[in-house]
Amino acid sequence: MATQVLMPALSPTMEEGTLAKWLVKEGDTVKSGQILAEIETDKATMEFEAVDEGIVGKILVAEGTAGVKVNTPIAVLVEEGESADAAPALVAAPVAAAAAPVAAVAKAPVAVVSKASADWAEGTPMKTMTVREALREAMAEEMRGNGNVFLMGEEVGEYQGAYKISQGLLDEFGPKRVIDTPITEHGFAGIAVGAAWGGLNPIVEFMTFNFAMQAIDHIVNSAAKTNYMSGGQLGCPIVFRGPNGAAARVGAQHSQDYAAWYAALPGLKVVMPYSAADAKGLLKQAIRDPNPVIFLENEIMYGKSFEVPDLPDFTIPFGKAKIWREGTDVTIVSFGIGMTYALEAADKLAAEGISAEVIDLRTLRPLDYDTVLASVMKTNRCVTVEEGFPVGSIGNHLSAVIMERAFDYLDAPVINLCGKDVPMPYAANLEKLALVTTAEVVEAVKSVCYR
Amino acid sequence: MATKKAPERPNVSKEELLSYYREMLLIRRFEEKAGQLYGMGLIGGFCHLYIGQEAVVVGLEAAAKEGDKRLTSYRDHGHMLACGMDPKGVMAELTGREGGYSKGKGGSMHMFSREKHFYGGHGIVGAQVPLGAGLAFSDWYKGNDNVTFTYFGDGAANQGQVYETYNMAELWGLPVIFVIENNQYAMGTSVKRATKSTTLFGRGLAYGIPGEQVDGMDVLAVKEAGEKAVAHCRAGKGPYILEMMTYRYRGHSMSDPAKYRTREEVEKIKTEKDCIEHVRDLLTQGGLASEEDLKAIDKEIKAIVNEAAEFSKESPEPALSELYTDIYA
Repeated sequence: MATQVLMPALSPTMEEGTLAKWLVKEGDTVKSGQILAEIETDKATMEFEAVDEGIVGKILVAEGTAGVKVNTPIAVLVEEGESADAAPALVAAPVAAAAAPVAAVAKAPVAVVSKASADWAEGTPMKTMTVREALREAMAEEMRGNGNVFLMGEEVGEYQGAYKISQGLLDEFGPKRVIDTPITEHGFAGIAVGAAWGGLNPIVEFMTFNFAMQAIDHIVNSAAKTNYMSGGQLGCPIVFRGPNGAAARVGAQHSQDYAAWYAALPGLKVVMPYSAADAKGLLKQAIRDPNPVIFLENEIMYGKSFEVPDLPDFTIPFGKAKIWREGTDVTIVSFGIGMTYALEAADKLAAEGISAEVIDLRTLRPLDYDTVLASVMKTNRCVTVEEGFPVGSIGNHLSAVIMERAFDYLDAPVINLCGKDVPMPYAANLEKLALVTTAEVVEAVKSVCYR
Repeated sequence: MATKKAPERPNVSKEELLSYYREMLLIRRFEEKAGQLYGMGLIGGFCHLYIGQEAVVVGLEAAAKEGDKRLTSYRDHGHMLACGMDPKGVMAELTGREGGYSKGKGGSMHMFSREKHFYGGHGIVGAQVPLGAGLAFSDWYKGNDNVTFTYFGDGAANQGQVYETYNMAELWGLPVIFVIENNQYAMGTSVKRATKSTTLFGRGLAYGIPGEQVDGMDVLAVKEAGEKAVAHCRAGKGPYILEMMTYRYRGHSMSDPAKYRTREEVEKIKTEKDCIEHVRDLLTQGGLASEEDLKAIDKEIKAIVNEAAEFSKESPEPALSELYTDIYA
């Protein structure tokens, strides 16, 4: 009986991939466990093995095809003497099976960039790139420009990065500047801080910020406090970066958003970009900053594409929020992946006649209070959106500041949307429930607008 | 005193011995004065005195060259004086004054001097170990022949990050000398009550790092071992471990009654092993210095320490505006 071979999910966040290469052709007999194809995910190129044995009756997706959704039939296995056409419910033209590869990644919601918050001049040439490519380009450019910049972390070199952020950097810069470490976050974070005191500019990649918990003493006690404790003698120019927050169904120990924790600490600077342009401009700025910078990325965002200014040296200063969308009825403040829900909600609300102003904080320390306050004074309503835990959240802090400095402007209490107050569950339905959603943003906005 | 060991190594020069005597005495008198000022309420918080261990830093500084770096734990006053930092600035930091090395914002445990390549002053037990390896990493990266002396105690030697650091330091061949100041007690816990593996330098062998145990009460033995370790590092052979067998006479901090050891134990070390008396004997019994010569040095040191104490009292408290400076570079 004919069986369909489906596009596999090969990473927690994979929704689609590129069928890089077929290692079998139609008519070949394959055994269970034999490698059928190479599939490129957002993280790596993986070999895909046959589960059943049979004869390759038909290849449905040509090699080189990008954007093949998970679970799309890519081939049909038949038994001896059977026709490929016998395959049940065969999808004649799978998504994106056309010869011309489609864009590998989903587009981010269209944003209206206001002129006031633009980080580049009108008419600047733009290029489309993923957040992953933007981060890589930022590091490569800074490493080219300054020999004291080096990258250190687990699997950053020979493996080409657990999330491919550092892909190609070892080849260009060599093992002295792209350093694979053993799995010892506490130790290598301390070594990197010492190296920064010694005059270098380390970039420390944590495979996830969940693992930085092992190193948090050096981030807090060694990196953040020493300039103060030394009366200004010992600044620590270092970047700690890596994915932060939930990916997809990786459980409680791999899903925490640390934004509010690090933002609480004087001596640190904290960046959490949403777009690829911000990822690039802010990472370059972070590497040049003479202070320790916590640079919080997001695994789900790595594959998202945005327009990035095609400039030889593009940086974005810290402490400047970006107004993605101007509005008059309510201010939605978010950062990082939370912006996805904020912008989606703003689209939906616009259809219902509610005009939302959407602010991306971009940096949490320093924090651009003025932009938030000015907006709230205009709209008189505010909803904050973040993925972290609700107690002691960034939203809590902003609410307090708004209350102190714009109390009389408020027409409704500020609502803080956060992740739920639970360790991240594994079950798909519960995880969905634990995370903040676009629907919740829409509902909260309607609530503060009394609609 | 019959129990005292006979003076050795008469081939060491008079000048060398005199300089060791002077430097060790400076640390001891400075610490005694700090103890007094603490008692008077002029120094607050934690204050960990180095009395008894002076030979370790003085001997190792004798093996160092300009450009070498050093850092240690919170028991750091001796290390600062030994590397040439100004006693006035150190004492004024202890009293929390503007003239202190950290403008009064660090305190006893947190002082630094870029000029003297002194990188702290660290209050978290064991944290200085990877930090020291990182400083060594910066020299390795730049390709010079500087080494970093990373001091830590027998208590810190049980911290996990020490072994993470051993592993990477040897893996990358970093020019770092791990100096374990084994003063027998981690606060109130003796080495034997904390581990079955009491030969602390030997743990480095598991990572391929050579090391040795040294009589840390004998400044000449310390210097000799230091020179060997330094040569190893400068030759690009990676890290080296020196386990300095030493003893602190005072409590862990000023508020420690030291009930975990007997008075006899302390007295025995003071009588038989004192590092300053050892050099004093070498000088006098070798006919290299007279009692008068040494008295003149004592007087000179006393003057330096008194001057530091006066400075630390007269220097004003930091301006209130300093609260919000130096948070960022």
